[in-house]
Amino acid sequence: MATVLEPTTTDTDDVTPAAEPLLVRRPRSSTGFWSWFTTIDHKRIGVLYGITSFAFFLIGGFEALLIRLQLAQPNGRILSADAYNQVFTMHGTTMIFLVVMPLSAAFFNFIMPIQIGARDVAFPRLNAFSYWTFLLGALFINSSFIFGGAPNGGWFGYAPNTSITFSPGHNIDYWVFGLLFLGISSTVGAVNFITTILNLRAPGMTMFRMPAFTWMTLVSAFLLLFALPVITVALFLLMFDRLFGANFFNVAAGGNPLLWQHLFWLFGHPEVYILILPAMGIVSEVLPVFARKPLFGYPVVIVSGIAIGFMGWGVWVHHMFATGLGPVAISAFSISTMLIAVPTGVKIFNWIATMWGGSIRFRTAMLFAMGFVAMFTIGGLSGVTHAVSPHDRQQTDTYYVVAHFHYVLFGGALFGIMSGIYYWYPKVFGRMLDEKLGKAHFWTWLIGFNLTFGPMHFVGLAGMPRRIYTYSDGMGWNVYNMIETVGAFVIAFSVIIFLVNVYRTHRGPLGAPADPWDARTLEWSIQSPVPPYNFAEVPTVQSLDDWWHRKYTEDDRGRLVKLPEQPEPEALVDPSSVHMPSPSFFPLVASLGLPVIGYGMIYRAWFVAIIGAVITLSGLYAWAMEPSTEPHDEHDGGHGGHASPEPSAPEAPALAAAAPEGGDADG
Amino acid sequence: MRLPPRKGVTPMADITAVPGGVATDHGHAHGTNTGMSNEKVAMWAFLGSECLLFGALISTYLLYRGKSVSGPTPHKIYDIPYTSVSSFVLLMSSLTMVLALAAIQRGDSRRLRVWLLATALLGATFISGQVYEFTSFIREGLTIKTNLFGSSFFVLTGFHGVHVTLGIVMLLSLWNLSLRGKLPQEKAEVVEIAGLYWHFVDVVWIVIFTVVYLIPTK
Amino acid sequence: MRNRVSAAKRRVMFGVVAAVGLLATGCARQTFPQDPLHPEGPWADKIDRLWRIVFVPAAIIFFLVMFLVVYVAIRYRARSDDDAPVQTHGNIKLELTWTIIPFVLLLVIGVLTVQTVFEINTLPKKNVMPVTVTGHQWWWEFRYPTLGITTANELHIPTNKNINVTITSADVIHSFWPTELAGKVDAIPGRMNHLTLEAVHPGTYDGQCAEYCGLSHANMRLRVVAHSPSDFAAWARNQQKPATIPTGTSDEAVGAGLFKSKGCSGCHTINGYSAGQVGPNLTHLETRKVFAGAIFPLDDQHLTRWLRNPPAEKPMMPQNGLGMPNLKLTDQEIASLIAFLQTLH
Repeated sequence: MATVLEPTTTDTDDVTPAAEPLLVRRPRSSTGFWSWFTTIDHKRIGVLYGITSFAFFLIGGFEALLIRLQLAQPNGRILSADAYNQVFTMHGTTMIFLVVMPLSAAFFNFIMPIQIGARDVAFPRLNAFSYWTFLLGALFINSSFIFGGAPNGGWFGYAPNTSITFSPGHNIDYWVFGLLFLGISSTVGAVNFITTILNLRAPGMTMFRMPAFTWMTLVSAFLLLFALPVITVALFLLMFDRLFGANFFNVAAGGNPLLWQHLFWLFGHPEVYILILPAMGIVSEVLPVFARKPLFGYPVVIVSGIAIGFMGWGVWVHHMFATGLGPVAISAFSISTMLIAVPTGVKIFNWIATMWGGSIRFRTAMLFAMGFVAMFTIGGLSGVTHAVSPHDRQQTDTYYVVAHFHYVLFGGALFGIMSGIYYWYPKVFGRMLDEKLGKAHFWTWLIGFNLTFGPMHFVGLAGMPRRIYTYSDGMGWNVYNMIETVGAFVIAFSVIIFLVNVYRTHRGPLGAPADPWDARTLEWSIQSPVPPYNFAEVPTVQSLDDWWHRKYTEDDRGRLVKLPEQPEPEALVDPSSVHMPSPSFFPLVASLGLPVIGYGMIYRAWFVAIIGAVITLSGLYAWAMEPSTEPHDEHDGGHGGHASPEPSAPEAPALAAAAPEGGDADG
Repeated sequence: MRLPPRKGVTPMADITAVPGGVATDHGHAHGTNTGMSNEKVAMWAFLGSECLLFGALISTYLLYRGKSVSGPTPHKIYDIPYTSVSSFVLLMSSLTMVLALAAIQRGDSRRLRVWLLATALLGATFISGQVYEFTSFIREGLTIKTNLFGSSFFVLTGFHGVHVTLGIVMLLSLWNLSLRGKLPQEKAEVVEIAGLYWHFVDVVWIVIFTVVYLIPTK
Repeated sequence: MRNRVSAAKRRVMFGVVAAVGLLATGCARQTFPQDPLHPEGPWADKIDRLWRIVFVPAAIIFFLVMFLVVYVAIRYRARSDDDAPVQTHGNIKLELTWTIIPFVLLLVIGVLTVQTVFEINTLPKKNVMPVTVTGHQWWWEFRYPTLGITTANELHIPTNKNINVTITSADVIHSFWPTELAGKVDAIPGRMNHLTLEAVHPGTYDGQCAEYCGLSHANMRLRVVAHSPSDFAAWARNQQKPATIPTGTSDEAVGAGLFKSKGCSGCHTINGYSAGQVGPNLTHLETRKVFAGAIFPLDDQHLTRWLRNPPAEKPMMPQNGLGMPNLKLTDQEIASLIAFLQTLH
């Protein structure tokens, strides 16, 4: 086949230019600084997502520290009411849309294709577009800080408070447009991931031989696909009210504020499952590896995840228990909310059973995964108490619910994501994070987290509402708040430990083995870091945890037996012998038009908005006309494999044909 | 590599097994697992998303039906015969779309272009009809600002109109590509996928026309 | 009614139980002025009963899971690199067990929940007094339709009576939360929501707006003052009287004149004197102990600071019509106005 090589960075050949350059010659290089702007490689895009979202984690964390400083004492004077309202709104918006969602996307991007034995996602340029739209949307919404004030309506922007009457100024406009752009990014990402998982699995990988993380990616992608349009509509309605005088949330004209809440939470509830399912997928990968046992009840864990995905659509009103909707509706949604605890609990028990009887190695990744199981359970339990809707009228809008969602989102999603970072670090970067520092990170993170959010259960049930910039002395809340503030700084300290770990790790050499953890899934069968083509030879899969079963079998008592003939991780080959889709400018160009539209609309500079639309549409059109792979990058004879043909634009169908061998539909 | 037989594990039923079996010599099957191209799967997924978009907009319209406090109401302002004609035009465009697909599938590029253009023109006629309808409503005192009806009507039908317009752009691009010889018979699926989008937009209009225009407010 | 001792004991139990799992403060029990876990009336008690029931299984499961995680970590830690654990794939019986047991548990809780939902959503017909609560940015308005009274910030009620509260808003969504007397219900513009509350003992019960409503959401407090029925009747009779406006040349009279000339009457109603609709009704201001959304005690010092520059004392946006503007009063004018206000008993 092709020549085996030492690990090096790669370069494409020096050949004749593309057939029909548009205005500028199509980029060809996949190395160098500028190649990052035109890359369509899912691994690089995954890294971009990861780094960008981590940067926003630091920003959102800084916003949290400001909140905690302000609330450390009664009648705090660190932040004015106006500043505080912007900070808490941006803290929530940032953590949800600019941190947890894109960190999950980083994993979807990097890990999922190599878990299913694919060369890339179905639509590499669309993937790049998702990233750039995310970055530009994130920058756009944060630019509001310097352009008159950041969004200040809470992360859920209830109307009519966010209408122009009660929120004059542009704060909310930035929120509306920023979220619309982020929604575009995630929606097209979802289409991409669904297509990839449904269509590009390696031969033999049936749906129920897919790794748990890939399954959770799929369920999350469907949730994104169906939930985002609903908030898109809500945001457009608010935008039309604010910009063009529509009446959707104008009570005097008969508008109904509850319409906003229904639309928002119809999105918002599936959204929280979007936030947690990927982390659950990660934990489902990590626990078996470090316990040296398969995931207990794999089919049940998967089906529970799917069930949660479906049932998540039927609970949204539990965010509205205090809105006076009447006993029938409230009762129905109390019941549906309680029911969704069943598949969630089933997963917890399966994870514990995975560890039970295993041989547990306490690497940092495992510590975070076990932390997830414990902390998420706490969050889940407070969630069940919320489902008791009459008492939720005491719990909702207090620090008790702040405790709940931080236990599931931080104790759950962030712990899970941290586990994934330590677990997959060698695969992504070719280096292992230091274990000592990792453990220091874990313990300070765990302690800081519980110090910060544990007391919130109490102070909430002691009557402290949420979203208040200050509170009076004599309420009995002072000590709790002070402890929570201390805890927040402990978390900050633990993040510093992590950053030191990353820094030191990258000062060190490459050299992580392909399979440092003795793991189970396909991504560990290839080198670390992953070569550009992922798999030189697409594997044939014969079972769930296929890589594991090439290393081990079981004796007749079910105990692990190492196979005499251990598989070698796939050797590297000359990357130019594997044909991959070509880099492109146009995803970035198409994205760039979006913030221009945003600024134009917000400041009613319609001409600017039109220019933005022209930029985006031209970018999309040029993208449509450009083949996914340049002719000179085609490789003859070397059927090392093909990246699948991809469409030119989200709406326009593909113009790059399937290669002539036999057409694509039937293989 | 041959693996020793695994014990005690019954594999789950093969769902969407790779058509045509396992690996070729090159270790990679060229087809997709579902048997549908990536583009087609993606279009179906996208249309699923669009269902919720229009669902939310239609729900909003229904919620606010009959709740306007002042201003023109539907039965005062609608011209049902007129809108029926433009709806018929849009419906016919789905027929021409099907004919376009049939043409490219049998390799008739000329007919393909005729029917693509016809579809685009019928779509453009529908849009012109809408523009005329909107401007006449505005002259009669119904704007997006007037009342709940005005807001929900213009936003719902406006979103639909934008979708139709983007569809027309798509169709004209395909027509242009065909003119330049870049849309041969082998690429028929491109037209099929465009057709999926176009038919979807048409079906949404049928729902809107029924719900918004035909069903009277109590 | 609830025994205070057992309530305290229960709180201690809750505190101890949770302190083991979380790094709880473990601080000594103290009184919380707005304490949802300290019901002071039957409607709050109905809700609290559910909490007491649910908390127990939740705590048990919490301990169980924490124990299991710690247990597996200790018992099943790797003892050598060559450990070869049994590769269990699953167990149908276990799956059924840990699906069915939680399901049944939740069913029980569900039934109790639904019962309570219907109970607290059914407006009583006997022994009732209606009150209408309107949320404003950033204060509470209270009207007594059967008594012809309008007040603000302090909701005075008789004990042992079902107060059927109708809740709405004049601007954005707020949430009416009389913490120890009832669970919160949102105040939504264009909508009438309902809750019932009842106090058993005379006293003051603090509450607060519990739905983010903009700049001074934190400063929108409320106070429920429960009186014995006879005391309440006396209070009501007084509230029904219009104000007696001082005349002549006294400082109070000057203040009364300033009240109109400086524009206060455009926003504030004093029955028999002015009819402003935007701000709180001040007719019997001196019968209240707090003002400005119940965040300040009603005394000279606070009133003076307030009248000097209201937005500096409480964040507001009068330039957008939200809240009270700075009228640029001189200290002399302020003194006279306060003298006038102090006549409003």
